[in-house]
Amino acid sequence: MRRLDPWLQLAAPVLLVVSTAIVGSFTSRATEIYFLTAITSVAIVVAIYVFVGNSGVLSFGQISFVAVGAFAAGVMTVPLDSKPGVLPDLFPLLRDHTVGDVPSLVLATVVGAAFAFVAGIPLMRLSGLAAGIATFAVLEITHNLLREWTKIGPGATTLALVPETTDLTRAAIGTVVVIVVAFAYQRSRFGRSLRATREDPAAAQAVGIDVHRQRLWAFTLSGALAGLAGGLYVHMLGSITADQVYLELTFVTLAMLVIGGLTSLWGAVIGALAVSGLDSFLSEAEQGVGVGGVTIDLPQGARLVILGALMALVLVLRPSGLTGGREFGLPRPRGRQPLATDVTSDGAASGPA
Amino acid sequence: MSLVAFLGSLDAQTIVDAVGLGAVYALMAVGIGLVFGVLRLVNFAYGQLIMAGAYTLAFTSQAGWPTWAGIAMCFVVVILLSGVMDRLVFRPLRTQSPAVMLVTTFAIAFLLQNVALLIDVRDDTIGEPAASVASLNEAVTIWGLDVRKVTIVAVVVAAVSLSLLALLLTRTRVGLQMRAAATDFATARLLGVRANTVIATAVLLSAVIAAAVSVLLTVQNPLVAPDFALKETIIVLVGVVVGGIDRLWTATLGGFSIGFATGVINGALPTDKTVFLPSVVFALVILVLLIRPSGLFARSGTSLVERV
Repeated sequence: MRRLDPWLQLAAPVLLVVSTAIVGSFTSRATEIYFLTAITSVAIVVAIYVFVGNSGVLSFGQISFVAVGAFAAGVMTVPLDSKPGVLPDLFPLLRDHTVGDVPSLVLATVVGAAFAFVAGIPLMRLSGLAAGIATFAVLEITHNLLREWTKIGPGATTLALVPETTDLTRAAIGTVVVIVVAFAYQRSRFGRSLRATREDPAAAQAVGIDVHRQRLWAFTLSGALAGLAGGLYVHMLGSITADQVYLELTFVTLAMLVIGGLTSLWGAVIGALAVSGLDSFLSEAEQGVGVGGVTIDLPQGARLVILGALMALVLVLRPSGLTGGREFGLPRPRGRQPLATDVTSDGAASGPA
Repeated sequence: MSLVAFLGSLDAQTIVDAVGLGAVYALMAVGIGLVFGVLRLVNFAYGQLIMAGAYTLAFTSQAGWPTWAGIAMCFVVVILLSGVMDRLVFRPLRTQSPAVMLVTTFAIAFLLQNVALLIDVRDDTIGEPAASVASLNEAVTIWGLDVRKVTIVAVVVAAVSLSLLALLLTRTRVGLQMRAAATDFATARLLGVRANTVIATAVLLSAVIAAAVSVLLTVQNPLVAPDFALKETIIVLVGVVVGGIDRLWTATLGGFSIGFATGVINGALPTDKTVFLPSVVFALVILVLLIRPSGLFARSGTSLVERV
């Protein structure tokens, strides 16, 4: 039974994403977009989790890698004959080439990883608030360049005419890839080393773990996955502006991660699906929706208020998140449950309670 | 353009405006730094306290209240809201990690901003004008310089509050306790410092400052919208960490510096040259943090954060 635990920990989030996609495929076209958005947010939140959850270092910069992934995949898939019209100032290399949607996702992954690696070399020396503000500075710089530099993208205007190829199947496949990679990483030697530095940096260094190097690995991997998620995102929307991958997305995705439970992959998936699901339900409720014979009709604007209030409520009542920061596990009879901060209850270190 | 030529091209007018901006940012830095000192909590929702104060000014002004009554009401609303926030949010979260506390204040900020939006759009337009305080925005001419009254008020308010705060922290019992709590809360409690009193005092002082800032910012920007003071809060948070959040003085100096620098740069450079300015500024922020992670003005070797 216990030997099944690791597989359950991987199977549960994967099955959840796949069933979300399957349920979504039976709904109308208008409702399908909610399921698509939810699955793509899982990819983004898991990508953030790979660094923030495993290292315990708060980063506001991971959406930068989503942004460069989205713009790389977007700019490179705009049809060749439309490019001079919509993106007149591009570098000739970008202007004269266009790739297919799948290669564009690979490109997004590579660009995200490369950017994260370069930014990570100096930044991964920082901890605590300094790391938070420095990674936030990366987000600001990325947003500023994407918004103003018309040689690499559309500048302040909308990047349109991106093929809308992220359907439910592709979103689910991409997100499952992200989850599998994140799971493989956290069970690998590197992932465990990094989690050790999260619990006690001094002790980890004492047993010979290079904190900077382990953080840089995770930051780069997180950048790669975030780039891929960005690629999926832009192909889902079909058009994007620099403001869509900036502050609001950063706050919402971080909130999803903390609400689910910062220190587990299961938490990242649950948080993303729970918050997206709630958000979708409330958007429908603003139009009026029937639940069990009762029609709920919220006034316009109430959605965001309720969403904010519920997020704050979960964080105050359950600060370790909906999953308590543990990986998925079947309930088994036992006495007192160990604390979430207890290393022995860490999903990667041993089985959960 | 060389640095010397750049500094030479600055006129006294730009400097005066930049000092006014720096004073407001320094006040916000004190408000954020006070709460951080005792709670180790970076309150991102600080900007929404200021926003609530600004809406109070706008609505009292539209209801025809006299200016003094509107300002008094603004202080009441901000202090009450801050107390509620402390009781309902900060207190249950005191023992949590900084990441959880910070993200919770995001959620609170998001909530308050959307509550404001809901109230604001009742008249089908976003933004409420606050006319009553606008008279402070007029300029008076001193030695050939146009100094807006609000700039004078901002500098005076900042100087007076900082002096009063310094006296409170160094000369009174509760000030001593606050400093002790900021250094080591656990030990301070063992020695008889009442945690709730100290935290309530810090939250109250921080709220009074937020109310003052909302008056000053509303004068300069009389159209109050739900994202009021959001941009300023983010800039001040960056300034506070760059200056050194562990101590109040370094945090304040960081807030003033980033406000002053913003004012000088905006005043001196033509708009078409400033598009990439945020990149340059934030690259400098990263550089400073790499060289001095505990803050530009912090004493070395006495910090909470460290490099690996």
